[in-house]
Amino acid sequence: MSDRRVPVRAGLFDADGDGTVTLLGSRCRACGRASFPRAEVCPYCGSADLEPVRLSPTGTLWGWTTVHAAPPGYEGPVPFGFGVVELPEGVRVITRLETVDVPDLAFGMPMRAELAPLSENEDGDTVVTYTFAPA
Amino acid sequence: MSDAVHIAGVGIHPFGRFPDRTVTDLGVAAVRAALDDAGDPRFDAAFCGTAYAGVAAGHKVLSALARTGMPIVNIEAGCASGAAALRLGAEAIAAGQHDTVLVYGIEKMPKGIIRSTFFEPWREEAGLAATPAYFALRAQRLQREAGVTDEQLARVVVKNRRHGVHNPDAMFRKETTVEEVLGSRIVCEPLRLFMLCSPNEGAAAVVLRRKASGDSAPVRLAGVALRSHLPGSVLGEATPLSGVDDRDIPPPTTLAARDAYAAAGVEAADVDVVECQDTDAARELLSYEELGLCEPGEQGALLDGGATTLGGQQPVNPSGGLLSKGEPLGASALGQVVELTRQLRGTAGARQVDGARVALAHTVGRGANASVTILTR
Repeated sequence: MSDRRVPVRAGLFDADGDGTVTLLGSRCRACGRASFPRAEVCPYCGSADLEPVRLSPTGTLWGWTTVHAAPPGYEGPVPFGFGVVELPEGVRVITRLETVDVPDLAFGMPMRAELAPLSENEDGDTVVTYTFAPA
Repeated sequence: MSDAVHIAGVGIHPFGRFPDRTVTDLGVAAVRAALDDAGDPRFDAAFCGTAYAGVAAGHKVLSALARTGMPIVNIEAGCASGAAALRLGAEAIAAGQHDTVLVYGIEKMPKGIIRSTFFEPWREEAGLAATPAYFALRAQRLQREAGVTDEQLARVVVKNRRHGVHNPDAMFRKETTVEEVLGSRIVCEPLRLFMLCSPNEGAAAVVLRRKASGDSAPVRLAGVALRSHLPGSVLGEATPLSGVDDRDIPPPTTLAARDAYAAAGVEAADVDVVECQDTDAARELLSYEELGLCEPGEQGALLDGGATTLGGQQPVNPSGGLLSKGEPLGASALGQVVELTRQLRGTAGARQVDGARVALAHTVGRGANASVTILTR
């Protein structure tokens, strides 16, 4: 694999040089709710009056499990953690989790966004996605 | 539509795996059985539910039976596809458009986790489209918020598999035990292999007919409701990438149940027998609350008290449920209607709920789609 990392989908997240991973969302000026991923129309009220926001890189664990067998269309490592992290903006985000050891996890524990390598693409770049790990 | 639409005939092709039969073959068997049961082969329109059978799949079934010429409509609504077809058929009769409508559902699913064009490819690539993981997170939430235990999840499986022993149309007809369920392979904590239904193959058909004066003790289609989700729940069947606090957002099953109870003029307490979506063991317990069979947090007690077991106050899934039958998506909802029609006719044999007069069928799944159908006698 090369050192180059490419996101599994453009526009989902930013990664700073210091390792901070930020999910890119929207906030609706009409209903006030934040959402992820970034959208042109608020998924809750339908308003198009949205502003882009950078969501908090830390949150709390709201749900977790482990995926033991690769689901269809997935070629990354298994097992992998899967769950929901609640961000301070009130957004509950579906995410991979860096911990597969279920007993180590607890409802409400602090979590921080990171990058997870998934696979190597045709150019030898590492395809990455967002994930959360205990902070 | 409380008096207008009767169930004139039902038919089913067993749910299971049939490597030597096409999905058309399965449909032909179910439709022939339903038309025979109705005692009259004529119908004015046909609605076919399927999610995976491809273009004009319903037409292929009726072509094989040399029964075409009428309008044939193919319908996809995820796990509720058969119920969506039923609703369109029932409304066509209620609206005066047709007198007799054939409704059928057909499916031949691949083994294992259901692959769906529903998800964008990147989401599959990132591991964020693992369907059983969503089931597991819902189960975990139910455990956290309602105090449901692993053993209670196992007991849902034990109950339904015990019911399924008596159903010749089910795929699994062998009893299991709590120990065996809890000893089966972990799929996604807290769900184990035996707690998940198997996607499989099958077909079911129903003939709907406008009420006629000569009908004696007919089974009536008293209400059939189809709803989609409201936005907000991160663990809802719409499987969004994010959500918000969903405490005040009713799930689609609750929306459909309210509509169906209102249409039928009955309440949850009036229901004698239920067939509900037990895609996994936790999904059945969630349905208890969403259908109004119990208060939030009481599902474990309802199960433990035996109310939902055959012989109890409101037996749930006397057919064995999807945990025994497997889930052929398009046929699933109509398979429930076949079972409940037999229950109301009093012909369900060892599975019979004595004196059943009000029956409820429920599906929920991808979309989100949820259906609640109420039959009365």
